[in-house]
Order: sequence, then C-alpha cells, then structure tokens
Amino acid sequence: MMNRFGPSHVKNTPLNTGLPNPWSAILVAVLLVTFPLAMSYMGEDFYIGMGSRILIMALAATALNLALGYGGMISLGHAAFLGIGGYTVAILAKAGLVSALLVFPLAILMASFAAFLIGLISLRTKGVYFIMITLAFAEVFYYLAISLPNFGGDDGLPLRTRSSVPGIRLDNALTFYFFVLLLSGLAIVLMYRLVSSRFGRAVVAIRENEKRMAAIGYPVYRIQLMAFTLSGGLAGLAGALLANLNMSVTPHMLDWHQSGILIVMVILGGSGYFWGGLTGAALFLILEEVIADHTEHWNLFLGAMLLFIVLAAPNGVMSLRDRVLGLFNRSGSNADSKGSSEQEVNK
Amino acid sequence: MGYLIIEQMLNGLQYGLMLFLLAAGLTLVFGIMDLINLAHGSLYMIGAFLAATFFQMLGSFFPALLLAIVATAFIGFILERLLYRKLQTMSHLSQVLATFALILIANESIKIIFGAQPLMISMPSGLSRAIEIVPDELYYPAYRLLIIGVGFAVAIGLYLLVNKTRTGMWMRAGASNREMAAVMGVRIKPLFTLVFVLGAALCALAGALLGPLLAVTIGMGESILIPAFQVIVIGGIGSMRGALIGSLLVGMIDTVGKLLLVLGLGFITDPTNAGTLGSTLASLSISVLMVAVLYFRPQGLFPARG
Repeated sequence: MMNRFGPSHVKNTPLNTGLPNPWSAILVAVLLVTFPLAMSYMGEDFYIGMGSRILIMALAATALNLALGYGGMISLGHAAFLGIGGYTVAILAKAGLVSALLVFPLAILMASFAAFLIGLISLRTKGVYFIMITLAFAEVFYYLAISLPNFGGDDGLPLRTRSSVPGIRLDNALTFYFFVLLLSGLAIVLMYRLVSSRFGRAVVAIRENEKRMAAIGYPVYRIQLMAFTLSGGLAGLAGALLANLNMSVTPHMLDWHQSGILIVMVILGGSGYFWGGLTGAALFLILEEVIADHTEHWNLFLGAMLLFIVLAAPNGVMSLRDRVLGLFNRSGSNADSKGSSEQEVNK
Repeated sequence: MGYLIIEQMLNGLQYGLMLFLLAAGLTLVFGIMDLINLAHGSLYMIGAFLAATFFQMLGSFFPALLLAIVATAFIGFILERLLYRKLQTMSHLSQVLATFALILIANESIKIIFGAQPLMISMPSGLSRAIEIVPDELYYPAYRLLIIGVGFAVAIGLYLLVNKTRTGMWMRAGASNREMAAVMGVRIKPLFTLVFVLGAALCALAGALLGPLLAVTIGMGESILIPAFQVIVIGGIGSMRGALIGSLLVGMIDTVGKLLLVLGLGFITDPTNAGTLGSTLASLSISVLMVAVLYFRPQGLFPARG
C-alpha cells in the first residue's frame, strides 16, 4: 500500500476520473496553436481545414460527452442539435443576417431550446426508452430539414459567405482555424468550470447512483435537464461553426448516423474523461482520412473496429488504458476497478 | 373521394402490417432481453437482397421468398450465437455501439457483394393486375391484397403462438419479468435464440414482400427502423398486441392522415405546397403521437411489464 498516502488513492473514484490535469491543458493548447502555423509554413492549407474540422467535431463530441459520459444519458439524437445550429446560421444568412455576434448566440439559443424541450420529455424515461426517444426526436428535425422547401430539401442550403466578425476575415483558412480554436477553447474552459463545479459533481453522482442522489435531496430531473440543455447548446455552436466551414448545410448533418458517429467519437476518446471528445474526434477523423485514402470501404473497417472495441473494452477505450496501467500498478490498490474508493475508505 | 380514402386505408393497412412484421420481432428482443437492437433493419435489408438474388437465380417469386426467409433466419441464428448472446450482459451503450457497427458492416458488405445499384424483384405474374373491389369505382392491386393477407395471417399466427402455446407463455413470462421467469424454470437463453431467429425470419418476409413495391436498396433498413421504434414505444416494449395496434396506428396516420392533411391544406395553400407540407405534418404527427403516449403512459399503451 505504498501509494496509500499519495494522491493516487483518490484518483480513480468515479467523481475524479473526469477531471483534467492542468498540464494536459497546456500541452493541448500548445499543440493546437503550433499545428496550423506549421502547416501554414509548409503551405499545406488542406491540413488547416482538417484541423478546423477536428476542432469543430471535438466541440460537438465534448458536448455529447457532457450528457453521455458525465451524465450517463445515452442520447442517440445529438446530430439534431448540430443541425439546428447549422441551419440557424444558414437560414439567417439567406435572410441577409451574417454577423457572427448575432447569428452564433442565436444558433446556440435555438439548439439549447430544442435540447430543453427534448430533454423535458425524454428524461422522464430511462434506459432503452431514452435512447429510442432521443433518436425519434432527432428524426423529426431530419424530416423537417428534408421536406420543407424553405430549408432547401435534400440539397440543403448553401452559404454565400462565412459569418462576419468585426475586424477579421474568416475566408482565410488560417484565420478561420483560429476563430474556431478561440470559440471551442472558450467552450472547453466553460466545460472545465462546469465539470469541476458542484453542479458537475452532482451530474456525475447522478450517473453513478440516481436513487441515492434523489434521496439526499438533489433535484435529479432538473440537474439532468440542465446538463442536457447545456450539452445541446454546445453542440449547436459546433453546428454553426460546421456550417461556416462547409459553406453549406445539408440534411445529412442531422442524419442519425451522425449521432451514432458522435457517440463513437466519445467512446474512442474516453467517455466521461475531460479530453475524451477532443481525442475521439481527432482519432476518428485522422483514421478516416488515412484509411479512406487506401480503401473505399472505410465503413467496413469502422464497423469491425467498433465491434472489437465493444467486445474487448466494454467500458470504452480509456478503460483499456486503465487496465494497462493497472498491470503496472499491481502492487498498489486495484485502481482500475470501480468501487475501489469505497474499499479504501473502509480500510 | 370516399373511395380514395378507402384505397389509402388499404395502403395504410398494408404498410402497418409490414411494420408489424418488423416490430413484432424487435419488441420481443427488447422486452425479453432488455437489448436495444439498431441492426434489426439490416436483417430486413439482407432479407430483401437475398430474395432479389434468389429471384434472379430461380426466376420465380415464392421459392425465392422461402429461401430468403430460411437464409436470413440462419444469419440471425449465427449473429445471435456470436454476438447478441454476449451483448445481453453488456450495457445499453455497448449494445448501441455494437449494433450500430453491425449496420455499418451490413451496408458496406451489401455494397461490396451486390454493388451500389438497387435491385428489382418483379411481382408474381398472376398478381400484377388490379382487382375490382367496387365495380368501376375501386380497383386495388392484387399483390397488395396478398401482402395484407399474409400480414394478417402472420399476426394471427403470432397471436396463437404467444397466447396459446407453452413457448408463447415463456415469451410472455420472459418479457414481463426475466429474472422471475428464469427462477421458475424458463430456459431464457434458448428462448431468446428462438425469438431472435423468428424476428430475423419475419424481417426477411417483410423485405421480400416489399421488394416488388419498393426498390431493394442499401439503407432501406434504416428508413423503416425509426417507424418500427416508434411503433414499439407507442405499443409498449415487449407487447405483441401493442406492436400490432401501434403498427396499424402508424400505418394509418402515415397514409390516411397524409391524404387528409394534403386535402385539407389544399383549401389553404396551393397544391404543391400542400403536398410537401401534408406529408411532413403526417410524419410529424406520428412523433407527436409517440410523445403524447410517452407523456401520459411512459410504459406504452399495452405495457408487458406489470
């Protein structure tokens, strides 16, 4: 029991695993700032666009991670919030409104509102029902996007220009990257404040033991609804950025496959881990880029990989890391098993 | 006008019964094992593709249909043994991921084997004409009547199986309380294999029957999966009666509701607008129905769990 007195004996309680290490934040920030500068220096504009895409999907996956990883709410409908954010930008652009200062907050607001309404009903149910209902709700928005002629139907809506920000021109790939980095950075800081706050702890605790939290007197339903709404709003911001990146929105954005992909990203990166969304989105998009270069059957590979992950690491990829670390850490407490905290306390 | 509505009601009945073929298997898998299976639609797609292939090889419809059912049931059996048996003990999230992976694999494999082009099945030659139901007023395609007939026959068969046989009693017991049923001596694992294989066979039946009406395409499974989910949520998970009534409700709203909405909206806006708006509203009203059911009866209309 050497590390009994070190910090590690409290490290792996469910309430702590999701908190980031400050050094990792600095590392991530340095990496994200130097990458596009290096690419720009080498004249590889394609990779700057790719970087923007990774950041945007990372934001969306981080948003889902709040609901799915931290809150344990398996939402199979997060693509809807992505789509609502995107469509808000596109529709306002069609009406002549392109100021990001106006359009982006509206996109977030619309997506949060949708998430609030969906959560209001879905959160009354549990388990399999919750999954199916979030899926069914997302399909409603998909149908709306595909069938309303004002929304462009199957073809979606093109954006004539990117949203305008006073003093910056977003048509430049590098500027756009840093704009995305700024916004997703802000969102990540907000997310950090959230998960390390009392509210964030309550969200995780409800995931771990809902009945106990209700018995202690926490308003379980209201906390879950708040987390779900916030998660939807963040996804809406990602959608607004995605519309700007692609210069268009299509119903494909709200397809339920997209929701599935978001879940895959969260699981790849580590559900309920702070950098899960970023790691997962980066891994997924880079893998896709590399593998799609060699074969057109990327989906087959993805499916096989997913099946392997589910069967080999049912608790997500990060549990593999914990298990590997656990092998080195045998002499200490079995830090990888859940509930070890309670054993420790009882000793 | 009145006959138009009757015709649409028959279409709704036909669509609803085909939905029921999918929902019946799905609801039992959900109900007995608490297992979420997103890939149920993929079995439907595989059934349709197999039927189309056998049809091209044999040149006749009904033998192809039977072969497709047997082959899809076999695929279901293999899947249950290799994957679903393991998934039962895993979390819902794992089940979502694994069955999502199955969809990706199924779609891509079909694309590799059959190509991206849709396949066609032609109707059995004797059934491709329309039958006169009301002289000079109402004609209805014989083939669609056959589908309605088969749908009803399967519904009655399933009713008898679930309500009148010992196996059916085990199914009901398993759906209402799995642990208790197991304690009382029901062998849940073989029962689940049976239910899953039966569900796969029903998928193939629906896929093959709908083949001549819709094109057999990649992704056809997902377009019917969502309505099947809505049916199950409305009817109540694990309930066969709920699946039937939910299917018919959804089928009727989708066709008759659409017609009435389009006609009604025709008074307000111009016809093209009314058409798109009407079909959108019809799809929406199914979701609204689902939400309403969930709000007032979270367990569905006919809950299987006591």
